[in-house]
Amino acid sequence: MENTKLLISILFGSILVNNYVLSQFLGICPFLGVSKKLNQATGMGIAVIFVMLVATAVTWPIQKFILDQTGLEYMQTIIFILVIAALVQFTEIVLKKFIPALHKSLGVYLPLITTNCAVLGVTINNITDGYDFLQSIISSLGCGLGFLLAMVLFSGVRSRIDETRIPQYLRGLPVTLIAASFVSLAFFGFGGIVENLLK
Amino acid sequence: MNEILIALLVVAAIGLIAGVLLTLASHFLRVEEDQRAAELRACLPGVNCGACGYAGCDDYAKALAEGGVKANLCIPGADEVAVQVAAILGIAAEDVAEQVAVVHCNGTCDATSKKAIYDGVYSCRAASMLYGGPDACTYGCLGCGDCADVCPVDAICLKDGIARIDRRICIGCGMCVKTCPKEIISLVPQAATTAVVCSNKEKGAVARKVCTNACIACKKCEKNCPEGAIKVVNDLAVIDYAKCTGCGVCVEGCPTHCLVTL
Repeated sequence: MENTKLLISILFGSILVNNYVLSQFLGICPFLGVSKKLNQATGMGIAVIFVMLVATAVTWPIQKFILDQTGLEYMQTIIFILVIAALVQFTEIVLKKFIPALHKSLGVYLPLITTNCAVLGVTINNITDGYDFLQSIISSLGCGLGFLLAMVLFSGVRSRIDETRIPQYLRGLPVTLIAASFVSLAFFGFGGIVENLLK
Repeated sequence: MNEILIALLVVAAIGLIAGVLLTLASHFLRVEEDQRAAELRACLPGVNCGACGYAGCDDYAKALAEGGVKANLCIPGADEVAVQVAAILGIAAEDVAEQVAVVHCNGTCDATSKKAIYDGVYSCRAASMLYGGPDACTYGCLGCGDCADVCPVDAICLKDGIARIDRRICIGCGMCVKTCPKEIISLVPQAATTAVVCSNKEKGAVARKVCTNACIACKKCEKNCPEGAIKVVNDLAVIDYAKCTGCGVCVEGCPTHCLVTL
């Protein structure tokens, strides 16, 4: 029971409180780049969930059984980047062969997130937080869902921005960044909620 | 020393495993792609305008590669692209009917007036939903620039309250035609030199009241045209471009200057 509670708190904590985009400011590049349209934002979000899960499933054992055993913890970042990049490429090839429909919908976004800092951040944070394998997977799922949530919410904000007349000097990126900061501020309201919910 | 060696070996081993895995995967799991589709896609302009009737250049290239599709559907690409596409497919090149878009309205700020002050969402589509828009003439250009927003080559600018299309830049994709809520933009053959720049279908006196540049359906052009190419339909002059020779007689005679030389 305690364990389940902990897993739930990890899941919702990483979706709402420690949202990777809006609270930790990782993965801002795709967040600003691909959030113009709802369907693109959703596609990117789902691709990120997928990659985060696969990356965690591979990097956690690598950390535990190779890096920790040989005392190479300091090589973590380099090895994780290497492994994730290769893994995403491999997944792309496999998807293209066996599930062309999924490859077509994820295809454009998969290479984009190969070395995304949010993906690297999740895998490294899972290790530093001392999660076991199941907790790591749940945490990555939560982070991915949080990313998707942020993308979808922000694509809504951006479609509203498109319909508004904005002063010349704020058009384009400036107004987008201001809007992003508002959405981020709104997310700070979740701080402390999850911990107290399960007390 | 030993420590560096271990680190080097571990990283090299992981890199090697990943490399071998990827090489094997790309070899054994390769998906055969139609090379021609990629080649055809490279020929097309990549504007994704949809003038060919397909959902973007990728789709059209795919349809071309599969066969049974005309090779001269790309209007922005014109003859040049049609020739390249035909060469790849090994068929005879056909001429593309090049077109340009024309705004059929000349209701500039000094010719027409507003019946209301519109302060809502700044788009033609929204403005036209409110009693047909703020302009006195319910047929005319609203000037919010929905067409300019969708134009992939920035050929449209707004001047004196109406949209104007630069014929030298226009690629004839027709996205503005689909976007305009007033349906006053149309595609005309690129060779055309004369156009009616009014869309008002009211009787002459009514049209004249709302805009001094409006077509008053006097039928002077219809009588003057040596080729019989102009007909006044629903109190509005319409040019049949199949017959028009571009002589310009109608332009000289038009009392309200709603016939112009492009």
